[in-house]
Parts: sequence; structure tokens; C-alpha cells
Amino acid sequence: MTVTRLTKGGRIDRSTTLQFQLEGRRFSGFLGDTLASALLANGIRVFGRSFKYHRPRGVLASGIQEPNALMTVGTGSRRTPNLPATSVELFDGLVCERQNGWPSVDFDIGSVFGLFARFLSAGFYYKTFMGPTRGSWMFYERWIRRAAGLGRATHEPDSARYDHRHQHTDVLVIGSGPAGLAAALAAGRAGGRVLLVEQDSMAGGSLLDSPIETDDDQLRSALLTQLAALPTVQILTHTSVFGLYDGLAAGMVERRPVIEGVSAPSEVLHIVRANQIIHATGALEQPLLFGNNDRPGVMLAGAVRTHLHRYALRLGDEVVVVTNHDSAWATAFDLADAGARVTIVDERAVPSADLLQGAKDRAIAVRVHTVATRALGSNGVKALEVRDAQSGAVARIACDLVAMSGGWIPTVQLTTHGGVRTVFNPTLGVHVAGPMAPGQSIAGAASGDPTDPLAQGHAVGVCAAQALGFSADAGVAPVSAWSSVPLMTARTAPSLPTQSKVFIDFQSDVTLSDMHVSLEDGFESPEHLKRYTALGMATDQGKSSHYNGLMTLSALRGQGMGALGTTTHRPPYTPVTVGALAGRSVGLHFRATRRTPMHEWHMANGVRMIEAGPWLRPWYYRWAGADVGSAYIEEMRVVRSRVGLSDVSSLGKIELTGPDVGIFLDRVYVNGFSSLAVGKARYGVMLNDDGTVLDDGTTARLGEHRYFLTTTTAQAGEVMSWLEFLMQTVWPDLRVQAVSVTDRWAAMSLAGPYARDVLARALPEIDVSNAALPHMGVIERRIGEMPVRIGRLSFSGELAYEVYVPADYGVGMWEHLLAVGADVGIRPYGLEALASLRIEKGHVAGIELDHRNTLRDLGLAKMGSRTKPYIGRALSERSELVDAERWSLVGLDLVEPDGKLRGGAILFAKDEPIQGHGRGYITSVTWSTVHERLIALALYRGGLNHVGEEIVCAYPLRGEQVRARVVSPMFIDPAGERLHA
Amino acid sequence: MLRIPCPHCGVRDYTEFRYAGDASKSRPSLEITDVKTWHDHVFLFDNPKGMHQEYWQHVQGCRQWLVLERDTSTNTVSRAWFAREGKSS
Repeated sequence: MTVTRLTKGGRIDRSTTLQFQLEGRRFSGFLGDTLASALLANGIRVFGRSFKYHRPRGVLASGIQEPNALMTVGTGSRRTPNLPATSVELFDGLVCERQNGWPSVDFDIGSVFGLFARFLSAGFYYKTFMGPTRGSWMFYERWIRRAAGLGRATHEPDSARYDHRHQHTDVLVIGSGPAGLAAALAAGRAGGRVLLVEQDSMAGGSLLDSPIETDDDQLRSALLTQLAALPTVQILTHTSVFGLYDGLAAGMVERRPVIEGVSAPSEVLHIVRANQIIHATGALEQPLLFGNNDRPGVMLAGAVRTHLHRYALRLGDEVVVVTNHDSAWATAFDLADAGARVTIVDERAVPSADLLQGAKDRAIAVRVHTVATRALGSNGVKALEVRDAQSGAVARIACDLVAMSGGWIPTVQLTTHGGVRTVFNPTLGVHVAGPMAPGQSIAGAASGDPTDPLAQGHAVGVCAAQALGFSADAGVAPVSAWSSVPLMTARTAPSLPTQSKVFIDFQSDVTLSDMHVSLEDGFESPEHLKRYTALGMATDQGKSSHYNGLMTLSALRGQGMGALGTTTHRPPYTPVTVGALAGRSVGLHFRATRRTPMHEWHMANGVRMIEAGPWLRPWYYRWAGADVGSAYIEEMRVVRSRVGLSDVSSLGKIELTGPDVGIFLDRVYVNGFSSLAVGKARYGVMLNDDGTVLDDGTTARLGEHRYFLTTTTAQAGEVMSWLEFLMQTVWPDLRVQAVSVTDRWAAMSLAGPYARDVLARALPEIDVSNAALPHMGVIERRIGEMPVRIGRLSFSGELAYEVYVPADYGVGMWEHLLAVGADVGIRPYGLEALASLRIEKGHVAGIELDHRNTLRDLGLAKMGSRTKPYIGRALSERSELVDAERWSLVGLDLVEPDGKLRGGAILFAKDEPIQGHGRGYITSVTWSTVHERLIALALYRGGLNHVGEEIVCAYPLRGEQVRARVVSPMFIDPAGERLHA
Repeated sequence: MLRIPCPHCGVRDYTEFRYAGDASKSRPSLEITDVKTWHDHVFLFDNPKGMHQEYWQHVQGCRQWLVLERDTSTNTVSRAWFAREGKSS
């Protein structure tokens, strides 16, 4: 490859020089260059090593189609691997490196010995993982991981910014070649809002491949000027549509140019909902299959022409253009005009007279009825070996560049995403999009129709607008003396030589012989072949390999392309960074965080927070200890001996009103609520339809037709949705309204022997005596402007009150209670202590309410009403669920003084072998401050029938086994004396 | 991106909704205690190709429960109405 930067022409700005670095070497290029064109201009030929065989690879294609020249761009936290150099716009200060070479890309040990080839033939992974050699993976893994692969990602957090943008448009036009420009213009003139999307840095598509100031170029300028005059048309360049989804929604990523010193999002994910989509995605040129067709210096003819006209690079002095159709001849002619010595090798016996005349005019040597058999040269092509198809005579043509073209295939990936199947068109010799789905149309080369793309684009643009009711005058289709549309020439089956490696998939390193192996192993269908060989599964998604693979399979099996079928294209069409998908939803913004009204107070007073679903809840306070293990025990002691205050605002709160609330709750809860007296609360459990426990909580009756229901923090959303379902779909006749008031109220639990003392002194206006406010009593009062609800409810087993005030009063009430209680030693306590206190009391919580346990399992069978129906009752009677040997809730007392009870430990009977699933497991463990030892709640087969028995708690992850005794789960105050004090 | 025509809020992305299964089945009355009837209702579902009536709730919108008529083979929604209005209105 002898690369010459031409002194004029191209779409580069020679007055703006950009500095960049490759592996520490400094180079310069011009504004308008891609990284690939700049490196080529600087003499770089080898752009990387191949995935498996470590063969040197250069540039094959242009734009996003490139399978070989993948590079890592950026450093540190901005390092992005596997970017096709042909689609990276050069910018000042760019730093890049090549990939997959060891010790270096220029000298790679793997390739010298072909070391890895034998391990990585087709089906390697299948054979290794499934066959008798499964164990050998352990041995080879280290080497294979080092040898095979692409670029390395950074381990640092990504410091780039990403954004999401949601858009709506009437007509989405994908692709800005002649068809797309004409379609956008017609739809825009007709009156529709149009979004025209182009993955390249400039609009124009194939028009950009022609020399500037020619007819094509002027046509492009004219169309863009007309589009710019339409305020309803938006053009988005640098933007790849990677997927089409239901509802005519398109996912696309916009790559923003890097601007020094500006902290702007580097990528924007656009989610566009369109009313019509026009596919004008063009066609992709395909390689020819011959030996060593992957050598640096063997390129697609169209890419050679793109580099010539767009980047002013003549990529060779002595060029062989090898093809089977007309379009590559344009590359030959343009190269000859630019001063290269050119030979054309055409598989066809009789190319058209016009072409032959054009070649003759330029003194281009032409060999017809000749095919390429292999390229010669190791790190760069030195000659092309060809064979006369008639005589069989073999000749070598010395060259420094081979420009090959096996024809063009319509880009139908996105129409496939949109639900349109491809069909084989025998005239064209390619698959084209079948009948389009509603709301979608296709034009230009993408449609496989070789006629004027301007007229096609105009027609679909008008149709799309009309379908949406836009009927303003769309004008007439633009007209041009057409010259540059890729020709959809019939493709012939690839020739199949075998003497050297013939690459079908350059990026996955799939060769012709791999396909033979796949067929021999019985993987013959396109879907099987793809998975067995990884054909078309690399980051380029088979843009230059999928079709050659299909054609080869067709030839090897002797089956027509139409009958063979094809694989399904799925998103993404082009790679999408995880950063773009995540957008701003990273770190703290990964999901919404809910804070209680007292959050700031906690933060200012030495709290450690813990996530509880979306909530941040106080875990423990530093007054009690430096770490959770010591702090929660101290907090428990305060609650048991004095009084503690805990923030329980995250509990779900639902206000129910209406004459039928009682009936409604009777059906929802296993126990009755219509009989509940005003001013009383009751603990309730609700079941799923299948009879397992859905949630528990207390519900208070505030008035004749007014109830206040609380749920667990975890199930708040689920319960609200469920109640709405029941009200709206099952019993719409019931007169009930439900409103979630979770955020409306601050809630705090005041618990401990001094709770009433503190409450009475804090709120002297309210009578909280045992007579006025007995256990499970609820009062609602107003203190000045502030409504306050107090329920004598206990989760800890202590004398306890839940105090509710509107959220804005939360901190005030919290601080007031702490101030009043200071003389009796009140302290705030967190979730860890809260959860431990309930274990001592034997209350179930979220970990036991895992939607797998029934009322019986949880020891709550007595709660289920026998006089009324309720949700879940029927299925909770299933024989398996009422089996006496089913597991149920027990308490466990540790027998060994030094052992450790662990949540998740598997339970076995005393003399039973420790294997299998055991008889149950430990759900919750805590240190009991009352008993001064570890206690646990567990689910154990047969439950309380085994009280007093010694069992074994196995924790195989740590190799531990400890003995424990089955006891009642109520470790404190079984008679409820504390509660009723 | 499935788009759902909410009769209250207009056409919205399906991500604002929650899906809740077959709406064509009749839920047994709570008075029915027969395990088999409830078993069949809770656990047995058809998996039809073609038109399917299903429940969706607009959780991030009006919170209304809807019945959608969706073609499972093309993922196109032909109708949507409030579930409180009954099976087909």
C-alpha cells in the first residue's frame, strides 16, 4: 500500500491540522479526516490483530461497516475500546491504540506460530464445554483469554457524560443519501415534522463518495439548502439508529464531537416515537472470497473510492480492482484518473462495451472471465494471484492495493427489527425487504430497486405525509443526471479455493474451512452455522460477512438462497455503549431515592443510612456504637429499658373512604374489619390469590366511613396497586376510594417502658392514659394547626405508640419528643434494632413474608376468619399447604455457647445426614438483649410440634454446623404484659 | 416500545404501565371455595396467538386499570378501555 495524500480535492480542511497520538507516536491529520484516513495518510498499514489467529489486519471498509480496524480511543476513564477507526472523526488531542497484539500489534507471537488456531476452530466452545474434554478448559482458559478477544475496557468509572432525549416526529427518515434527502424534502414540504437521521458526520450518503463540485455534489448541496429552508425538518448527523421497536419507536445514539474544555454529553440516546418511518439506509458492499482476502491492502472497492474522493487519499500506486459486476469499475476509473496504474479483474466473460471503452481510454489492463485465488504478501499485499476461469491458467499481478467488490446488499437490518421479513429476489441475487409493515416504507438502494432513488424517495415521502393527513404541495421529485448509485448487480456464488485461509467473517475470524467443519459436524442451517462458528456475531454484526456466509452455505449445500432462509437481524445494528443506555441513571441517580421527612435530622445526628427498597432509612446511630454490630444491641437495650424513637415514615399509608370500606377490607384481609370500632386499630394480613401471604400491617378506623391502612415498606406499591385492581375491576360496585398518603405523613415509633411518660409530657393536650388510649387504640386530634394521629401499636413488644403528623411537622415533632424524653434517656434507634426487637417478640417481617408462606406457616392460622370469605382462602386450603409436616415458624435457641446462628442456614434433625434441602432454614437472627444470646426465627418442617428438640443448623458456605433448640418464636413477654402496661 | 392508548391520558409508552395478565377470564366469586375452580383461575392460562384481552394499569399516570386488546403476533393494540366498564365496551 502506497498512500498518497492528494494536494487538492476531498472533503478535508487542509488549513486545520489536528494532532493525535497512536501508542505514543505523534501524528497529524486534517479536519474532516477519520482516524483511519489520518493513520493511512501517516503510513500505518496494520490496524490491529485478528480475534483468534492474530493475523495482521488493515482497513477493509469505510464508516460503520469496518470489521478490522477496531481501535481503543481515549485514556483512563474515557477509554473506549473496539471503535472502527473508519467511523471515528479525528479531533485534536485524540489518543488511540491498536488492539489484540502481544507483545505488540506489529510483532505478534501468536500469529507467527498460528498458536491458537487449533484451539479455536469452529465449534470450539461447544466441544470444549460439552464433550469429554470439558476439563481441559481449566487448562487452556488462561492462554485463550490472553490470546482471543478484542480491546480492553477501562476499570475506572466512566467520566463521560451521557444524556437521554425523547422525541416525537411525524416522519422519521433513516439515512440521508439521495433517497432519504428526497423523502425528507417531500414529507417536509407536505407539512409534516420530519427527523432525518444520518450516522455519518455529514448528510449525503453515497453522494459524499463522488468528487466535490461534480453533479452529485451540487445535487447534495441543493437538497440540503432546500431542507434547511423548511422549519419542520430537523437533520441529526453523527446519529446511528441501532434498533426499531414496537410502536414505530426508534433507538438511536448521537455521538457528540469532542470539544476541548467543554463538558457536554459525549453521547445522547434518542428515543424517537414516529408516526411514519422511511428506510433509506442504502446498501453495503460485500467482499470477495479468495485466499488471504484479509491481508492489509485488500479493501472494498467502494471504500477505496470513498478514501479517494472524501479524504483525498490515493491508497495505492499499483491497484488491482477485482469484481463480478459494474460498480467497482468506477473505482478503477477514478484511481486511474488520480494517477494509479490499474488492472481490472472481472469474473464475467463479457463486461459492457462502455466499461471496456472506459478502461481502454484510461490505459487500464482488463482481464475478463478471471477470478482472484489468493493475495500474496504477509503484512501487506504484494500481488494478487488470479486464475483464468476458462483455461485455468494462473497468473500473478504485482500490486500494492487490491480493491474488491462482490456486489452490494440492501441494508435491511432495521426493517427486520420493524417486523418486515426479508425475501430472496432471484433477479437481483440478494435478499430484500418483503412487504412493508404499516407505517413503514423503504426507498433507494435499501429497497433493492436500482431505479432513480430521488424519484423513489420523493414518492415515499409524499405517501408518508399523506397517510398522516399532510397534503401541502410537496413539489416534484429532484432530478439529476445519475451516476453514483450502487448497482444492485446479480451476485454469483463465491469461488471456493482452499489453499490458503479464506475469510468470511473478518472480525470473528471465521474461514471457509470453519464452514466446512460446521457442516461436517451437522450444523447446517443458517441459524446453527451462525452459533457454531460465531459467523456474523461480532461487533460489526456481520455487515460484511453475513451474506457471504449465506452464499457459501448455499453453494456448499447445493441449495438455493431462497430455500436456505436467513438469520434474523436483531438490535443493535451498531454497537451502543452501556453509558449511553444508562444516560444519567448512574450512581445516586441510578434510581429514585426516597427520603423521610426527618432525613436531614438523621444526617446531622450521626446516622448510618441503609437502603430499604427505594428508601433511605436510619440503620443505626453513632451514639450507640461505631459499627452496626455493637450499635443495634445498645439501641435495643434503650428501648427495652427506657424509651427509643424510630422513624417509620416509609411504611405504606393508604387512606380509604366510603360506606363500603368495611366490606372491602373484610374481603381483602383474612380477618374482619367491618366490626372494628371507631378509634381502634387491628393487625391485618392479606393473602395473594394463591393463598400465600401478601402483606401485613395495622389498619385503624378513624371514622364510620374512614380507615387508615398501613403496609410494609417493601410492599406499599404492590398493595396499593392490588387494592386499585380489586376496586376497579372486581368489585366496581363497592363504594370505596383509596388514596396513597405515604408521603403526606411523617411517622415515628415511640417505644419502651417510658413511652407513655414521654408522650404525656410532650403532648399535654391529649389524654394518653391507659384508659383513654389502650393497646390498639387510635386517637386523632388537632394541636393548634397540626393534626396528629396516635396509635398504641407495637412492633417491638414494648409499650409503644406510633405518632403521625403531616410531613412538614415531622422534624418538629421528632425533636420535641427527643427533648421532652431527654431526662429519661430517650434515644433514636434505627432499622437494625427495630428488626431485632421484632425478632425477640416473634413478629414476622419482610424476610418471612416472601410470598411463599401461608398463614399457617407463619403461625398466624388463628387470624383467618372462619365466618367470612376472603381473598386467597380457597387456595390456602390446598392439601400440600395444610400438611402438618409443612414447615412453619419456630424460634431457635443456640445450644453451643461459641457457635453462630446465621440467616440462611439449612436445618436438619439431630442425627440426620447433612445433605439436600434439609427441613427448613433460618430466616432472621439477632442478639437478644433479654436473653443475652443469639436467637433466631426459622421455618422448620413440623414447626412447633418439635419444641424442645435439638436440631442442627448447617451453613455449608462456611463449613459450619451448630446445634440449636426449637422453641416458641415469642422470646419475650408471651403474655403481653409489656404491651398492655 | 409498545404504545398504549390510555383512555384518560392519551397514547403513552408501555413503560408507564404494569401488565397484569389475561383479562378475558372470569374471576370466581369469593363465595366459591372450590379449590379446583380457583386453581384453574390462578394458575392456568392460555397463550393465544392473535387477539388477547389483558389488564394493564397506568401506574405512572392516572392509575386506572385498563383492558387492552392486543394482537400478540404483531404487538399492535387495537383498543383500550377502563376495566371498571366491564369486559368489552
